Amino acid sequence: MSDDGERGTPGKGLVQGLAVTLKTMTKRSTTRQYPDVEPELPPRSRGVIALLEENCTVCMLCARECPDWCIYIDSHKEEVIVPGAARARQRNVLDRFDIDFALCMYCGICIEVCPFDALHWTPEFEYAETDVLDLLHDKNRLGEWMRTVPPPPAHDVLGEPSKEEASASRKAAGPGAAKQARANVRRPPSTTAERPPRTEQKPGEPAAGSPQTPQGIGSADTPPEPEK
Amino acid sequence: MPVWLELLIRVVAVVVGFLVLPLLVGQTEHKVMAHMQGRLGPMYAGAYHGWAQLVADGVKFVQKEDITPRDADRGVFRLAPIVALFPYLLILLAIPLGPGSLVAQPLDIGLFFVLAVLGVGVLAVLMSAWASGNKYSLLGGLRGAAQLLGYELPLVLAAASVAMAAGTLSLPGIVEAWKPWWLLWQAPAAVIFFVAGLAEIRRPPFDMPIADSELVFGYLTEYTGLRFAFFLLAEYVGIIVIAALTTVLFLGGWHGPFAAQLGWLWTLVKIFALSFVIIWFRVAYPRLREDQLQRLCWLILVPVALAQLILTAAVKLAM
Repeated sequence: MSDDGERGTPGKGLVQGLAVTLKTMTKRSTTRQYPDVEPELPPRSRGVIALLEENCTVCMLCARECPDWCIYIDSHKEEVIVPGAARARQRNVLDRFDIDFALCMYCGICIEVCPFDALHWTPEFEYAETDVLDLLHDKNRLGEWMRTVPPPPAHDVLGEPSKEEASASRKAAGPGAAKQARANVRRPPSTTAERPPRTEQKPGEPAAGSPQTPQGIGSADTPPEPEK
Repeated sequence: MPVWLELLIRVVAVVVGFLVLPLLVGQTEHKVMAHMQGRLGPMYAGAYHGWAQLVADGVKFVQKEDITPRDADRGVFRLAPIVALFPYLLILLAIPLGPGSLVAQPLDIGLFFVLAVLGVGVLAVLMSAWASGNKYSLLGGLRGAAQLLGYELPLVLAAASVAMAAGTLSLPGIVEAWKPWWLLWQAPAAVIFFVAGLAEIRRPPFDMPIADSELVFGYLTEYTGLRFAFFLLAEYVGIIVIAALTTVLFLGGWHGPFAAQLGWLWTLVKIFALSFVIIWFRVAYPRLREDQLQRLCWLILVPVALAQLILTAAVKLAM
């Protein structure tokens, strides 16, 4: 028509429009049939926070760090008589540990800050309620979520050895051998430098002497720990 | 077989087709449109890929309240859906499905009858628009009237071309006379007929009278429940009618391998292929503006249709 302007051949746009729709029709639809088919969540999805009650020492770090103050903790002290000890020890007992998911903004700071791994992310997300008050999960409910916590991602073969391994081998080697033991855990013997020997090693090859694990979800997602 | 029984069978067959084919087209539209947009479309009704979606829709429409606006012209308002629907039923009577007597009512002036009855659709649009007592309806109705009157002309001219080529106005006669090379000879007329037919049934991209983004729903704004369902049904029967008329006039109806036994199948296959194209157009093209709509009709379709008439006459005289 008259307003074709710079678009060359008349009718080209019409044919292109038809081609686009036809091409889309032959492709697979991207619709996820959610209630019927469970969604495939990415690793480390933040669904709900689980509480491992035994690990909690009532240090209150999580409650204090929480940006919107949605963690409520009550506790009392108990005396524990340890046989053979000079006097009774004191222990904090958790009375109440509530997270109000109506307020929670899923920042994960409480989980980051917990020194004893009492809080964990789980990918469960189907806990919508018709009453907003029911979104306050008490410690029993938070404890039930523990069943859904996924196992931690596999260790990155190219990364630093884990702290547990490093300290265990340091202890085993005795005092004074710390530095060498640290280097021996997973490193090829040639490296004594502090930084991982990225330049000497092709990225595809695993480090010599380390267990070969496939580059799966966990290893791809875990960044190598920075050197202290 | 007594005459009344034969008559009964033919009429019942047409009514069944009238009720089933639009549902098939509607379901196809749901699914095709969804997949062209990267969706899945209805998946629940009827358990298997939502095959019963339109049945469920029908049940829903029956349950809805039947509202007649206070300012509406009640009689006309209530009559309009029937006027929209009934002409298409009459047209289906005259469309030949296969060779021999596989047509509900063979008419010597079938083409004339079909085009005349198709024009009644304008009346339904105007009736519903005026009677609704709603400014959006009125605007939609006037747009519809301008569009339908305009596109009636290329539609009739294109049909006249093929009637001239076949030398008959009888629809079975035209299919009988059809030769494969007519596909080329009558190609412009076929395109014009199809496009004008799309405008005639107010399908996107020619849905300016409805234009839900600017006119609410045009002349359908005030309709609810069953009356609205009748209008929707009329739209889908309209798809069948336009596809069937294009098939019969320009694509050779039942012609194809084993036409003697499978003629009806060829007609149906062609009708559904064209219905698919109509749905495809709806997904691919945006709505034409009112001035573009009239420009396309008067500056392109009508001159080309007239040129096609001259070409047809010239070839006919030369032969």
